[in-house]
Amino acid sequence: MLKGKGIKAIVSMIGLDGHTTGGEIVARVLRDAGFEVIYLGATQTPEMILQAAIQEDVDVIGISSHASNYIQIEYLVELLRKNEMSDVPVICGGNIPKHVAKQLKGRGVAEVFPPGSSSADIIGYIVANARGAQRRSA
Amino acid sequence: MKINGEDKGLIDALGSGDIRTCARIISRIERGDTEVVSLLQALYRAGGRSRVVGVTGPPGAGKSSLVSQLVKVWRKRGLKVAILAVDPSSPFSGGAVLGDRLRMAEHSCDDQVFIRSMASRGQLGGLTKAVGDALTVLDAMPWDIVVVETVGVGQNETDIIRHADVVALVQTPMGGDDIQAAKAGINEIGDIYVVNKGDHPDANRTCRQLRDMISLGQHLNPGDCSWVPPVIKTQSLLGQGADELADQIENRFRNLRENPEMARRRARERVRHRTAEIVRDMLDRRLHSEDGQAVEAMIDSVLVRERDPYALAAGLIAAMT
Repeated sequence: MLKGKGIKAIVSMIGLDGHTTGGEIVARVLRDAGFEVIYLGATQTPEMILQAAIQEDVDVIGISSHASNYIQIEYLVELLRKNEMSDVPVICGGNIPKHVAKQLKGRGVAEVFPPGSSSADIIGYIVANARGAQRRSA
Repeated sequence: MKINGEDKGLIDALGSGDIRTCARIISRIERGDTEVVSLLQALYRAGGRSRVVGVTGPPGAGKSSLVSQLVKVWRKRGLKVAILAVDPSSPFSGGAVLGDRLRMAEHSCDDQVFIRSMASRGQLGGLTKAVGDALTVLDAMPWDIVVVETVGVGQNETDIIRHADVVALVQTPMGGDDIQAAKAGINEIGDIYVVNKGDHPDANRTCRQLRDMISLGQHLNPGDCSWVPPVIKTQSLLGQGADELADQIENRFRNLRENPEMARRRARERVRHRTAEIVRDMLDRRLHSEDGQAVEAMIDSVLVRERDPYALAAGLIAAMT
């Protein structure tokens, strides 16, 4: 059985970040591992991502970041918390400097995958940490 | 039928338009949670109000963008809209990239619009088995219109007519010559025909071919002339034609109200199809259940040709009753 079976993920850029290649590749990697990926694309505000997460009832949110828009990622985490959605982890990938990654994790981002991260690492992390992980392993 | 307390709470939440409740129930349906069946039964019996519009057509024809433009028109007219958008699952990994929501981004933060993406999960008719149940859930909510967008279809995926009251078939120019338009299957199911990408030089020719195909059908089968499927040219990126399409959808709903016999015939077909879907699902589950020792033994006996697949099928059906 494929690892991602039954797991729904959002993959999105945030704010005015138009660098879609990384997000599209991760979406494809997750698809091939059996995940169902809602691909939101570019120019998404934190509010739009929140609404998508509620309506699509997803288990994890992946943000691809190549435009230093870290404040919006933090705001997304805050919005999720305010809307009782903190059981849905937010993970990030992209060219995020180490010290910023540390700061993001301190502010509620679940994990940051820097350039060079392997597909297996990303998949393994999501399977173990996405919402509903306990239900699926039971 | 007696409704238990938990279901009663969910029914009330749906009735008041609670999006989270709706989203979670659809997830349970997609997971194949059998405990949701009693709720679905209660909802079905109390339901039947919603107006369902199906949008189908080949991949890349502009279905999602067109739906987004339609939603814009409906919102201006004060209507509340729910959308189920189906995209294909991988036959290899079972995974999917669902990209319909992306085209409807402008409605993301409108709380009178609900968008749910669904993966087809191996169903071949252009929809997923969960669509029927999800429609039952949406029917219990205060939506004025429910849209079902199929996966991009080819020539033969016509399941949408078993779920929608009104079907819009979206085509693009350059679809082929008039013989393509004469072929059976998907060409026959439109209540309304849309030629999208209407700025293409061949758009008018495609519209003409479709009109010819429709009028020939009316001559050969003059039984029901109360509705002649219109052909509309649209440009979904600019929203051109969306008003006219919304008008024609409204006209078709009125036409169905005025022809209760026809509406009833279609509704009966829908029940038949839905029931067959449920039976198939029950058998599938039995055939694939991991704890089904008996089934595995039966499969082995077919493998060594002591029995045959017909006997196995009869055995499965007998075990269910």
